[in-house]
Amino acid sequence: MCLGLPGKIVEKDEFSAVVDIGGNKREVSLMMLPEEVQTGDYVMVHVGFAISKMDPEEAKKTLETIMEIADEIDY
Amino acid sequence: MKLITDFRNSELSLRLIRKIEDESVSECNYSIMEVCGTHTVSIFKYGIRSVLPENVELISGPGCPVCVTSQGEIDAIFRIVNNNDISLLTFGDLMKVTGSNGENLIDLRSEGKDIRVLLSPLDAVKTAAREPDRQFVFVGIGFETTAPAIASALLEAKKMGISNFSILPYCKTMPEVLGCLLDDPKLDIKGFLCPGHVSVVTGKKIFQPLAQRGRAAVITGFEPLDILSSLLHIIRQVNSGDYCVYNNYSRVVDNAGNEKAVQIMNTVFKPSPAFWRGLGELDGSGLGLKEEFSAFNSLEKFNVKVPRINEKKGCRCGDVLKGYIRPNLCPLYGKQCTPENPVGPCMVSSEGACAAYYKFN
Repeated sequence: MCLGLPGKIVEKDEFSAVVDIGGNKREVSLMMLPEEVQTGDYVMVHVGFAISKMDPEEAKKTLETIMEIADEIDY
Repeated sequence: MKLITDFRNSELSLRLIRKIEDESVSECNYSIMEVCGTHTVSIFKYGIRSVLPENVELISGPGCPVCVTSQGEIDAIFRIVNNNDISLLTFGDLMKVTGSNGENLIDLRSEGKDIRVLLSPLDAVKTAAREPDRQFVFVGIGFETTAPAIASALLEAKKMGISNFSILPYCKTMPEVLGCLLDDPKLDIKGFLCPGHVSVVTGKKIFQPLAQRGRAAVITGFEPLDILSSLLHIIRQVNSGDYCVYNNYSRVVDNAGNEKAVQIMNTVFKPSPAFWRGLGELDGSGLGLKEEFSAFNSLEKFNVKVPRINEKKGCRCGDVLKGYIRPNLCPLYGKQCTPENPVGPCMVSSEGACAAYYKFN
């Protein structure tokens, strides 16, 4: 039920946007998003609402941390 | 999309599995609860249980909204449907849930009842606006992830002056149920995979009590690398005894949560007692409608009571939800209770522990 689908914004106006979710276009409300978004940004979509703007920089940092913890040598 | 596919890297997954093997101490039993039903599905889908050492045990928790909805609340849905003047609007997850008399929404729809599946609560408001001469009831289930969306729909309905729309206010919240699990002497949970999309709304703070009471808590996404690295973080917290809430899903979750969504939720809802399947009544764990939105409460509008009903005979969904037993230890599992003919809601919802266990084992 708490399933979120990441989608890329392809069109937007003040309150809503069209997002591409795996090739399917869907209209979503932006009224719940605290931050500004632009065409090309990725958002997490839940039951017709964008609930979070996805952050590629944070994704990179998490991946780097994962690589670090996977490679640490035990002493 | 790299934001997803990068987190499915098999070579890195293997390295994490090796680290989990190396760092899990054989004398310690790492019982870890995945609270969220979407995590349950991901864990089964990627076969994560099968690659973990025996002493790293994943227990499914009460994180599927359909599953924790009490039998009384479900029966009240059928009382609403009995009224031919009302059309029922619902998320698809509820269509196969059975009432106390064995009825379900799919069968009732084929018998001619007006029951419609929607993807968004906003569509429910649009539907009601299009057909002003019918009454529409939306089944408002969900946790903190979904409650702001339902609240938004009610704000929209109020703004548009729509009077033929109301909801069954069944939303529930996480902190109280987590407290209930911590208080349970029968459960010895060392760490929690905290639900990623609940955290989008609430932020880290609702999980602080877990760390304060000596449990590892890691906010986790839904891809294999998310889950495996979170398990490693939990094992490290347990081994060191240094507990904290770690946000391992920061590409989506802001530590402070989504204050706008919380504000929308708090405009419409207020904490109220709620009855959870298997866990009973928990104070402040539900979201009731505030006075100024009471006209949107279907229970009051149509004078429907939520009956206090025990679980069905033989069904052990309650024990599954509390993590007491694995689904296959329920006497009905795979015999009287299957995804085609579910008895309890944990077999109905695709995110239910029983349904996931049945599908992937």
